[in-house]
Amino acid sequence: MLDPRVFQRIKKNPAAIASALILLLIVLACVAGPFFLPASLGEPGPSQYAPPSRDHPFGTDLNGRDVLYRLLTGGRISLLVGLCGALVSLCIGTTWGLVAGYVGGRTDALLMRLVDILYSVPRLIFILIAINAFNAGLQEWASAEGWAWLAQTSRIAILIVTLGFIEWLTMARIVRGQVLSLKERQFITAARALGQSHINILLRHLLPNLAGTILVYLTLAIPAVIIDESFLSFLGLGIQAPQASWGSLLADGAGAINPVRSFWWLLVFPATAMALTLLALNFLGDALRDAFDTRS
Amino acid sequence: MVAQLIKRLASLLVVLFCVVSLTFLLIRISPGGPFDGERKIPAAIEKQLLQKYKLDGSLWQQYTGYLGDLIQGDLRLSTKYRNRSVNEILAQTLPVTLTLGAVAFTLATFFGIWLGTVAAMHRQTWQDYGAMFLALAAISLPSYITGPLLILLFALTLGWLPAGGWGGVSHLVLPAVVLAAPAAAVIARLMRGSMVETLQQDFVRTARAKGLSESAVVYRHALRIAILPVVSYLGPLAAHLLTGSIIVETVFHIPGAGGFFVHSILNRDGFLLGGMVIVYCVMLVVFNLGVDLAYGLLDRRIKSHA
Repeated sequence: MLDPRVFQRIKKNPAAIASALILLLIVLACVAGPFFLPASLGEPGPSQYAPPSRDHPFGTDLNGRDVLYRLLTGGRISLLVGLCGALVSLCIGTTWGLVAGYVGGRTDALLMRLVDILYSVPRLIFILIAINAFNAGLQEWASAEGWAWLAQTSRIAILIVTLGFIEWLTMARIVRGQVLSLKERQFITAARALGQSHINILLRHLLPNLAGTILVYLTLAIPAVIIDESFLSFLGLGIQAPQASWGSLLADGAGAINPVRSFWWLLVFPATAMALTLLALNFLGDALRDAFDTRS
Repeated sequence: MVAQLIKRLASLLVVLFCVVSLTFLLIRISPGGPFDGERKIPAAIEKQLLQKYKLDGSLWQQYTGYLGDLIQGDLRLSTKYRNRSVNEILAQTLPVTLTLGAVAFTLATFFGIWLGTVAAMHRQTWQDYGAMFLALAAISLPSYITGPLLILLFALTLGWLPAGGWGGVSHLVLPAVVLAAPAAAVIARLMRGSMVETLQQDFVRTARAKGLSESAVVYRHALRIAILPVVSYLGPLAAHLLTGSIIVETVFHIPGAGGFFVHSILNRDGFLLGGMVIVYCVMLVVFNLGVDLAYGLLDRRIKSHA
């Protein structure tokens, strides 16, 4: 269970509080912001490459679209992929680690060997291949089934699943380590002596004790998945135009600066938004890890 | 030692086999062929093309044929860059990528160790907090944020360094710094943790009691032991830096292997991709092996066992 002392420790850490506030602000802005802005801002408009002004606080891009509006809607996608991808990796990693640690013996050796092998494989290569391999298939399947929404968002769906599938390795290792030490504790022996089923012990006794570890990992997995997604989008392999994520906005921005004329607002604002989010998540994750670490 | 080497090389072959098979199958079963373009190619010509690139026959025949060629060291022809072999493309682009990686590796190791040591020596002072804040920031920010921002600042606004391209030493500065920063940060954090622990050990107290200066204690005595966790991180790091500069090469327009890597996937250029994947995997495993060997040399107490 979550220890109340943890929250007291976090309250004393100014960097953690500041990070949490910044995160809250960014998430609120991305989720609610576009509702308060006219949707026409996201459509091509007459003013091309307009610098920041009263009408367009963050300027406009090549097609005259408002950068602030694109930044907020792009943030929705980046944050959504980050959160869902991290949750997918959480589910796989926790189950994997729980089973390996609890069953032990040969099962453990086999499962962990597999994790070692997957660690040594260059992971992003496989995302790149998998996205290309599965996207067309999923799209065909979705339109054949008449699921228009899935056909439109197939790339996001594939990104979430594949990114979740490559980020679970660390989680599996951490959970297994924790389970190995937890299962020797007396409350587990007691539960077993009382004749509780394995499933019950896993879900009722082990899992709640892992809550802290899982929470810490989640705050560190979200930025990892966001980085993976924007890496792909930056290369043009992730979210496709006209949809945008922070990665593809950054790519646009990086393309808009050159020695002749630099449209700096296309680069600086997406970079700042993403940097703030990543920094806040990492600082929060670090603070949480320290707060849960009772040894220090 | 020899037995360990043989064991590791055997496991390298297994990993390589798995990775190559998976890559080949994924590329071949994914929809769309290597010769699909804007225009539809006549069936007869496509058949000849497939024959030339040995992509005819059943999937199993293609796969075994490819493995056979690989064993002979032939990475085959690229299906996109016609008439250029994968061996040739790798020979041209890898030196560029490796140079950039080696410079970044040196930078990261040197600055990381230095920053971590300084932080540990001045524990819980502003130097410590500053260094660790900097390190966490560098870890959090990917190169496609820092790269373009540094170009905007140092190349386009101040005009001190070239914005991109490849040639002189000045072209190396920005990309190497961008590539090295997160790695240096990880090293600094590792180094700080292990140095703090080492400085509390008995031999350090002895060294201090002998009247040695603090810098002699730290750099001559403690560093040797404290550096061990860093060394074990250097293997994966070297492989990552020497091969993982895809983004940095894209941002700075460097003619390295990274660009070909991305395009080989987009163009369904299976043989080029296969060649790249093989190079990446070999490097990863070889550097890890090198680190394990170096580990044994640095600390004789560690018996190397695989």
